[in-house]
Amino acid sequence: MKRNVPLAITFIVGAVLIFSVFIPPMENWGEDFTLFFDIIAVFAFFLGGGNLLRVHLTKLSRRKQDWPYSIVTIMGFLLMLAAGLFRIGNPGDINASLTEQGSLFQTIYDSVFVPLGSTMYALLAFFVASASYRAFRAKNREATILLVAAFIILLGRTPLGTIVTGWVPESFSILQIPNLAIWIMNSPNLAGQRAIMIGIGLGVVSMSLRLILGIERTYLGGDDK
Amino acid sequence: MKKTTLIIMAGVTVLFLLSWIIKALALEGMQEDYIKKAFLVTFSAFLTLSILSFLYRDNPFYKFAEHLFVGVSAAFWMSMGFWSTIVGNLIPRLSQNLSVFFKVHYIPGDFNFRFYIPVILGLLLLMRLSRNYGWISRWSLAFIVGTTAGLNFIRYLRSDFIKQISATFVPLLVDWQGTGHFFSNLDLSASGQLVMMLANWTIFLGVMSGIIYFFFSKEHTGMFGRASRFGIWVLMITFGASFGYTVMGRISLLVGRITFLFRDWLGFNI
Repeated sequence: MKRNVPLAITFIVGAVLIFSVFIPPMENWGEDFTLFFDIIAVFAFFLGGGNLLRVHLTKLSRRKQDWPYSIVTIMGFLLMLAAGLFRIGNPGDINASLTEQGSLFQTIYDSVFVPLGSTMYALLAFFVASASYRAFRAKNREATILLVAAFIILLGRTPLGTIVTGWVPESFSILQIPNLAIWIMNSPNLAGQRAIMIGIGLGVVSMSLRLILGIERTYLGGDDK
Repeated sequence: MKKTTLIIMAGVTVLFLLSWIIKALALEGMQEDYIKKAFLVTFSAFLTLSILSFLYRDNPFYKFAEHLFVGVSAAFWMSMGFWSTIVGNLIPRLSQNLSVFFKVHYIPGDFNFRFYIPVILGLLLLMRLSRNYGWISRWSLAFIVGTTAGLNFIRYLRSDFIKQISATFVPLLVDWQGTGHFFSNLDLSASGQLVMMLANWTIFLGVMSGIIYFFFSKEHTGMFGRASRFGIWVLMITFGASFGYTVMGRISLLVGRITFLFRDWLGFNI
């Protein structure tokens, strides 16, 4: 029950979806299963929310390290849940859009979620700069190529790139940094991306087969019972 | 908590209140709910600066912002998932009464009972929270894994394998349209024959050598080794380009936050 049933479910669902491509009456099954997947994913969000509450309530009750911040997490979670799930502070009836301007949900989204999310990602700019300072030393040929490509792309996307090589005549615009950046993106970069994508494609196909045939079982966890 | 930390926290609270008052005074007469608007802008600025304070080191303000983000984003995705997927796609297929309640258009169908399957599997997934019956959630997980494997098997085979190989086999000798056109145009527009040929050669050789680099069943020596080395160079250009793009994306986000701080919060005209 604990191991064989999940393996059977994976095999049946995976095999049916692969065969559905070849059998016209089963064509819609792929869409149905995708919708099933989305619905289960929502339950997974609820599981995540429940687990978050459990973890932070435990931390709070046991007065573990940094427990006061758990109050912040729980309060933020409950406030957003009240605004989003129970539509508190949302003008209009139950059918009205959650993202309507002036609703509590949209206000929290604009004033808390967006600033926090974008600043978190913006913070990475500093760490990327710091990492590139360490990594971008032209120690060998490969590192130099990487450095030059990144440098051209960065320069090509800024006004500085246009200023530096703006004097190059139009008939040799290949040497203008913005054009060179475009060429790098469209030719060698595309070739490299394609080689990687072909590798990924083969990897995904073989991993999918391993999962469907029950060779790969790590997702079931370590319990063998 | 250290005395210094308490003093800094008190100072920041005072600054926050001061900023709120100044912003409210600046917005007075311009907007109807200026006190609320001023609070929201000040709070957003406080959160932005709290996250950026991590550049100094981990501190209580960063931890506050980080914990708030975790709580808010969990509830955000729960809410969006519930209203867009459960109410938007599931309820109209499951129940007429619930469709009326949620004011969504009911979609009748003979085999709509099949939509109970994901509901049951979803409920089984919640059993993960139970210590004794957590193993039942594996059934739902198995469905998710099976669906992903089945869909990705075909999808990746088509888009990442067959289509990419097909797109790589491009004409290496483009149609000859006369010497003048062939040599005169170096402006990188695709119409230039020389440029188009150069691009096609780069793509063909780049993909081939890149794949050779990833082929580990044969020792990388001789001609094969040289092709593999060229493959590394192509991949290095790709990584460099991706890196450059990532940096640009992050910098533009940072510019957005700095613009917010200076224009929306501090009121500079930039």
